Amino acid sequence: MNLTDNQVAALKDLLYKMADDQLILGHRNSEWTGLGPILEEDIAFSSMAQDKIGQAYQLYSILNELGESEPDTIAFTRNANQFHCCDYVCHPIGQYDFSLVRHFFFDNAELIKFNTLASSAFDPLAMLARKFKGEIKYHTMHANTWIKQLAQGNEESKTRIQNSINEGFNLALGIFEQGTFEKELVDSKFYIGEEAVMNEWYATVKEIIESVGLTIPALDLSNAVNGGRKGQHSSHLQPMLTEMTEVYAIDPSADW
Amino acid sequence: MYGNAYIDPNAKLPSILEGEDPVKLAEFEARIARGEKIEPQDWMPKEYRRQLVRMIEQHAHSEIIGALPEGTWITRAPGFRRKLALIAKVQDEVGHGQLLYSAAETLGKSREDMINDLISGKSKYSNVFNYPAKTWADSAVIAWLIDAGAIVNQLANSKGSYGPYCRALDRICAEEAFHLKYGHDNVVFLATGTDVQRAMVQDALTRWWPPIMHFFGPSDRSSKHTEILMRWKVKMASNDDMRQQFLNMYVPKIWDLGLVLPDPNLKKNNETGLWEYTEPDWDEFKRVINGDGPCNAERLAVRRTAEENGRWVVNALRKPDEKYVTPLA
Repeated sequence: MNLTDNQVAALKDLLYKMADDQLILGHRNSEWTGLGPILEEDIAFSSMAQDKIGQAYQLYSILNELGESEPDTIAFTRNANQFHCCDYVCHPIGQYDFSLVRHFFFDNAELIKFNTLASSAFDPLAMLARKFKGEIKYHTMHANTWIKQLAQGNEESKTRIQNSINEGFNLALGIFEQGTFEKELVDSKFYIGEEAVMNEWYATVKEIIESVGLTIPALDLSNAVNGGRKGQHSSHLQPMLTEMTEVYAIDPSADW
Repeated sequence: MYGNAYIDPNAKLPSILEGEDPVKLAEFEARIARGEKIEPQDWMPKEYRRQLVRMIEQHAHSEIIGALPEGTWITRAPGFRRKLALIAKVQDEVGHGQLLYSAAETLGKSREDMINDLISGKSKYSNVFNYPAKTWADSAVIAWLIDAGAIVNQLANSKGSYGPYCRALDRICAEEAFHLKYGHDNVVFLATGTDVQRAMVQDALTRWWPPIMHFFGPSDRSSKHTEILMRWKVKMASNDDMRQQFLNMYVPKIWDLGLVLPDPNLKKNNETGLWEYTEPDWDEFKRVINGDGPCNAERLAVRRTAEENGRWVVNALRKPDEKYVTPLA
């Protein structure tokens, strides 16, 4: 497929957003390894972390084919302002309810994204999306089960999940922050666009949340925590990256 | 990852066979001698059950505490390949903990009771995890040599007499074999890498050698207790025999990489076929196992915090009228 310069730029923008989201959230999820509330959840979060980081690697590999650096270089040598992830994924893991609700909001958005990308006009991405959606299906199954379980557990668990929904909702809207190439992506049929994904996402998570007697805030984009897609991040990302690259930075030319 | 159940030679032992029905005991021992497995519902001597609970529980604790020193390097692993492999490895260790707690539960002690005994300091876990993993190379040395030691122990124990423990160990050993490959590959890259990498792995090996020599525990060949536990196939090899097996398999591989071990007396005696070494400092071993090591307090504090933070999840899932563990025999 012959791509115009503008199409390449648009695809790179989309791929960076998605890959950075996957890497950073995968990294955060991996922080539960050894510390989960029960062993089974410890294991589940480790497993999802591996999927996400593995998906990031494959998305960076497409970027590499489009002329960007090797995946390790992309992931382990950039500063925070060069990352295009949304702010939500950068936040520390916090308590389990925060991480669980983030996993619920994010993975439900992601499943919709990759379901639609499976028919993207950009074949390399469509092929990956078909593989990823099979993995993410289990992540949403996991998230939805736990949200329902804890929303119907006891007063404390119900309150915690509701509070984390309220706290996370505007952050979650930042997942759908549009980039500068939104129109190009839609026109080229590479991607259906953030707005369409968000609308489907809102309907999906609303139904689940309300089915267990909790509430979801109204969809108001003026409250969205944006900036991440443009490299403007809160103070959470750089310390995480400094830790992530600590060993790699000893000698980036060495084989580790 | 686990060395061996520590039996304090000075502890006052209960009279092991006191009060046991001699006919049942003879049948039990005959079954074991024939190579049969003992299953949860079968009759077993009280001391057999007590020792197995203690041993499997210590093993389970070692898995989840062992996840901590390596786990701290997940977020710092250099590059995708190492990051993914290390998460998978540590995830396996936590999975082993889960499997082993389930095996121990078949003997009548609940996971919750076991974890409470861990965080209160009542139960032990493998001593090596009370040492810090200071650099990335420490995580490589742990994954290679501590896992190698664990395989020596676990392979032996997988031929033991208690069915649920043996089946758990079969699966654990299969996974540990991958950890060993990962650890070896990681150490090879460091040992054959830049000067900085090489110095890093040599330093880690030098620091980890004493805990590795402690790993299988002090000599226990002459203990009466050991004799009975070996007859019951609870314990499958003496600590010294396992240490010898480990040295025989791994010292040559370490030397092949040009790494130096901090024991000038370490050599194989070709006449006896046994390795000679400087006796490790067993006073230090006892001090650390009794709580006074460099990281004992930190490890338990982390585990305690994880339990406290997760308590609300456990409480939300609990059905008050449900009974979770039934002693089966």
